[in-house]
Amino acid sequence: MTQLRFNGVVGSRGLLAGPLAVLRDTAAQARDAGTPEQEAAVLKAAIESSVESLSLLIAESEGAAAEILAFQVAMLEDGELSAEAFAAIAGGTAADAAWRAALAAQIEVFASADDDYFRARSTDLTDLRDRVLRALCGSEEGDVGLPPGAVALADDLTPSRFLAQEWAGRGIALRAGSASSHVAMLARAYSVPMVLNLRDVPEAEGTLALLDAEEGAVTLDPAAGEQAAFAARCSALEASKIRQAAFLTAPAATAGGAPVGIFLNVTLPEDLEGLDPAICDGIGLVRTEFLFHGHEGLPDEQTQVNAYEKILRWAQGRPVIVRTLDAGGDKPIPGLTREEENPFLGLRGLRLCLARPEVFKVQLRALLRAAPAGTLRIMLPMVALPEELEEARALLIEAATEVGFVGDLPPLGIMVEIPAAALTLDRFAIDFASIGSNDLVQFTLAAARGGNGLERLQRADYPAVLRLIAESVERAARRGIEIGLCGDAGGDPALIPALLATGLRRFSMAPSAVGAAKEAIARSADHG
Amino acid sequence: MSDREKATASAFMTHEVGLHARPSVKLTKLAKTFPAGIQLALSEEGPWIDAKSIVRVMAFQAPQNTMLYFRAVGDRAEEALAALVKLVEDDFEVEVGGESA
Repeated sequence: MTQLRFNGVVGSRGLLAGPLAVLRDTAAQARDAGTPEQEAAVLKAAIESSVESLSLLIAESEGAAAEILAFQVAMLEDGELSAEAFAAIAGGTAADAAWRAALAAQIEVFASADDDYFRARSTDLTDLRDRVLRALCGSEEGDVGLPPGAVALADDLTPSRFLAQEWAGRGIALRAGSASSHVAMLARAYSVPMVLNLRDVPEAEGTLALLDAEEGAVTLDPAAGEQAAFAARCSALEASKIRQAAFLTAPAATAGGAPVGIFLNVTLPEDLEGLDPAICDGIGLVRTEFLFHGHEGLPDEQTQVNAYEKILRWAQGRPVIVRTLDAGGDKPIPGLTREEENPFLGLRGLRLCLARPEVFKVQLRALLRAAPAGTLRIMLPMVALPEELEEARALLIEAATEVGFVGDLPPLGIMVEIPAAALTLDRFAIDFASIGSNDLVQFTLAAARGGNGLERLQRADYPAVLRLIAESVERAARRGIEIGLCGDAGGDPALIPALLATGLRRFSMAPSAVGAAKEAIARSADHG
Repeated sequence: MSDREKATASAFMTHEVGLHARPSVKLTKLAKTFPAGIQLALSEEGPWIDAKSIVRVMAFQAPQNTMLYFRAVGDRAEEALAALVKLVEDDFEVEVGGESA
């Protein structure tokens, strides 16, 4: 066999090289049916013992696993699930066949759903079907004993099948599956590398497989060179994980001991799931425009309040900087942004919000209503002139009156991403500022982002950009205003030393970048 | 134990992925703590389903930003619906205590 590569979707990140082990369906074996009365009693007992074994599993699980199992118990305890099966048994059908048919109908309800989330629930019902069938046939689902380092191959996996198996040092390749399935959530919770949607992977038991759950691919029978390159990636990943784990929950500081604030960039409350707030000093950027995507129309006030409250509560009192709607540019929103010749220099960010105050005010009211749930700061994007800030402040004050907000308004700050703002930061009456390095780089060097052949003009450590940053930091310091950086550069270990040299001491980044960033900071000299 | 107490109510659900597994578990558990018969619908005209059946509730596949309609008949019907509306409006964040079968 020659090397074969299959592309899929990452379900849970990681890398693993090992023998392919086919996980086979363990459900039903044949059994002898009795009278309808006996069959009904047998099914009832099988359902009860399944509830019991699930309850035992819940007792030893926590978090996501316990919630998934609680859902299964609730489904199983609901008479609606088995009503059809008992009716069929009364008509002379054997318990296992009746149960299988009744569940097939329920599974179909979910399998044909439009929504990916509900579609993924069909696996939970398959799981319940098989658990009860095993109880009916007296077979127990056990750990099938995957060899160490094995890459388990299956069409899909049920949550109980996952939980019955020892996964340490092993990985999962699924031909089907969805990243929103319960088993993918479990794989992430248990750090088991998993790639999904690998349609055509053959059942080549024992073949060496490279499970690349960073890129989302599986390679079977890799050539020697491929194997060596993969092994090098594995050890690099392992080494960096070990190094970074040590840095993760410790406060960040330079080699000279200067403390550095580490904040997170988040898009949705879900980004924070399973994260320990102790890894950061707060949230440096909540990108609210994603709330405005994928739903019918714009999100209403209560939807926004709920999302903001969730993030504020997660932070447990640490500051949370919410950026008001930053639509336009590379983030068009149907019904809100307009088609433009040059959208990056057009009606976007705060400009758009000021042009559409009825939309902006909904967000400001929602922010003010959510404010009591934590330590909220409000940040305005794409500000060039102090007048724009003042117009936004006037709307914030109006919104406060409308919702009956009492007490001090949350601190108000701006993104520093237009060179004009960086050069005149002292003219803005703000409580804090945050440098948006992505836009600041593209406006300073007049080069759009993205694979357009202009890569050498897209670095945040160019002297022109660094001088603008240093200028902003100095002006902020003179006014006693906190200033940080929340662009991609803040989480890039290669750029951190240069950014520290500008005097910046606050960085906001993707949660996955925190370990590496803290390590890079610890290795950086103290530039005073 | 007066005459059959009756109540209706509605609540706007904003939960991100809709009435999915965890919210459905909470909603049906809470409904089961009340003696009244409780029904749920996605429109005032129905169809109405048993709000104590998670199988039925999940089969609704109610997406985010849906109005949920409730009606109840029996003891403590008003109280039951007030509790359910609060659960939905609080985005299913409140803990629902043990169930009474």
